[in-house]
Amino acid sequence: MQDYLPAAFFELSPAEWTAILLSLRIAIVATLVSLPFGIVTAYALARCQFPGKTLVNGVVHLPLVLPPVVTGFVLLMLLGRKGVFGPSLADIGIVFSFRWTGAAVACAVMGFPLMVRAIRLSFEAIDRRLDMASETLGANRIWTFLLVNLPLAAPGIIVGAILAFAKALGEFGATITFVSNIPGETQTISAAIYSYTQVPGGDESAMRLTIVAVIIAFSALTASEIIQWRAQKRLGRAE
Amino acid sequence: MIEVDVRLKLGSFSLDVAFANGAGVTALFGQSGSGKSLTLGIVAGLMKPDEGRVRLDGEALVDVARNVFVPVSRRRVGLVFQDSNLFPHLSVKQNLLYGRWFAPRGERRIDFDAVVETLGIGNLISRSPTRLSGGERQRVAIGRALLSCPRLLLLDEPLAALDMQRKLEILPLIERVRDEFDVPIVYVSHAVEEVARLASRVVVIDGGQVKFVGDPADAFNRLANSPAMNRFDRSSVLTGSIVEASAAYGLTKLTHPSGTIWIEGLAGQPGGVARVIVKATDVVLSRLPPREISARSVLWGRVANIQFEGPIATIEIELKEDGPLLATITRGALEDLSLKEGSHVYALFKTAALDERSIGVANA
Repeated sequence: MQDYLPAAFFELSPAEWTAILLSLRIAIVATLVSLPFGIVTAYALARCQFPGKTLVNGVVHLPLVLPPVVTGFVLLMLLGRKGVFGPSLADIGIVFSFRWTGAAVACAVMGFPLMVRAIRLSFEAIDRRLDMASETLGANRIWTFLLVNLPLAAPGIIVGAILAFAKALGEFGATITFVSNIPGETQTISAAIYSYTQVPGGDESAMRLTIVAVIIAFSALTASEIIQWRAQKRLGRAE
Repeated sequence: MIEVDVRLKLGSFSLDVAFANGAGVTALFGQSGSGKSLTLGIVAGLMKPDEGRVRLDGEALVDVARNVFVPVSRRRVGLVFQDSNLFPHLSVKQNLLYGRWFAPRGERRIDFDAVVETLGIGNLISRSPTRLSGGERQRVAIGRALLSCPRLLLLDEPLAALDMQRKLEILPLIERVRDEFDVPIVYVSHAVEEVARLASRVVVIDGGQVKFVGDPADAFNRLANSPAMNRFDRSSVLTGSIVEASAAYGLTKLTHPSGTIWIEGLAGQPGGVARVIVKATDVVLSRLPPREISARSVLWGRVANIQFEGPIATIEIELKEDGPLLATITRGALEDLSLKEGSHVYALFKTAALDERSIGVANA
């Protein structure tokens, strides 16, 4: 290998490191912040009957079917500096446009349908009679949720979070439309690869970032497999 | 005490039941689809009736007219399902303590160790419920419901999913729970033996209606002639008093106003009362006093009624101070013996044919 590749091939430049760390920060924040909302939404869709359920379901899944650029543009119109909520949010000190926090919002919105789907399926798989048993033993619905549903759905919640994390790492269209491509602020791995392919001699950097992206994604998937397998073994379902 | 008076329509099925329980075990007895489990669901709070009331110890749990509906979690009514529904992510001990934790501090009157000891689950305590057998799971489920210190315990066909051996193992445990912990029980079942053995009161439900409320002997004697009963289910409940246990043979002798009954095992104390369920197909009739025959239990009575079903006749024999005894014989045998209403006969049955589920003992 060393004969063909320069010795410094795997030494990442400061600019590449910036993009990688920024990507990780955006993806982690987007996942952790959206997770509670994802769990509540998934539980409501799996177990509750309420008016407008179909509408909520549709809105949650919209980013999955819309072109990402459209989602980014909608975010710009809602949360941008001149958007519907942008100015009032700016008054209380929250600004998303051209900030990494905005990139995190875009990633969270794009990953949300994947997260909700995985978690919803795991809530739906729980035998409802366990809820009944819990309630007859004196636990109200909130305790039942915390003590029965949440632990039993844990494998699905972890899978949902990892899917959302992976989606956030790869998000490009919505992010670049909403918060542009500013190195050090909103330029994620994907955006950086795109930029490097646009300049002469950038292929090497693009290649390195690609390898890093593959490693991160693969580790995330492996981690989710291991966590799921352990959880199933604990519940006595594994072979 | 639970008082139920509810109506509910579900599609083409309509439920209209009213009953009250007393201390000990009240059985809701009926075929599947009769509405007995639905009734239990209404008492537990898993279903809402269209009209009516459910009161527990004088407190309204449901009163449709007054718009009262106490949520399941605040009823303090324990429920054991057919399949135990233990929490798979918790240990047996955590399962057992789950409901206890939610019970008001002052009402945790049922002792953890006593329940564990009574149900014989001490060695399972640190296991995962996913590693238990069906019978073990059901014992833990009963313990879990009991330890929530309920005001009423509902058992919904708790033995239905178990094989005969497990049933015989758990029935006496339910009896012990009935006798040792002061919790009234409502027991839903379609098994004659279980109900006759456990219950002091039977509510017969059929097609969503209460057909009969009373003690088990009356209930089954009345049911025996109903066309809904298959001839192999037809049974009579006899009550005798314990005379003596014969340790040498492992048998117990009962006297009955109309004769003698022998049951297997050394059950109860002399003077106590035992209930025996005899299947109509296990009874042999004789015109003459039986001699040199292995069947030891013999009762003498008068033929009160004869019903035909093709070549089979079901004969109701009137006994002294007890419900009738049913015997199913062939029409040929009936004619050979020239039995008619009013004839006197000896009815014999084998001690060996009475399985453990058909013997219930109450100490004097």
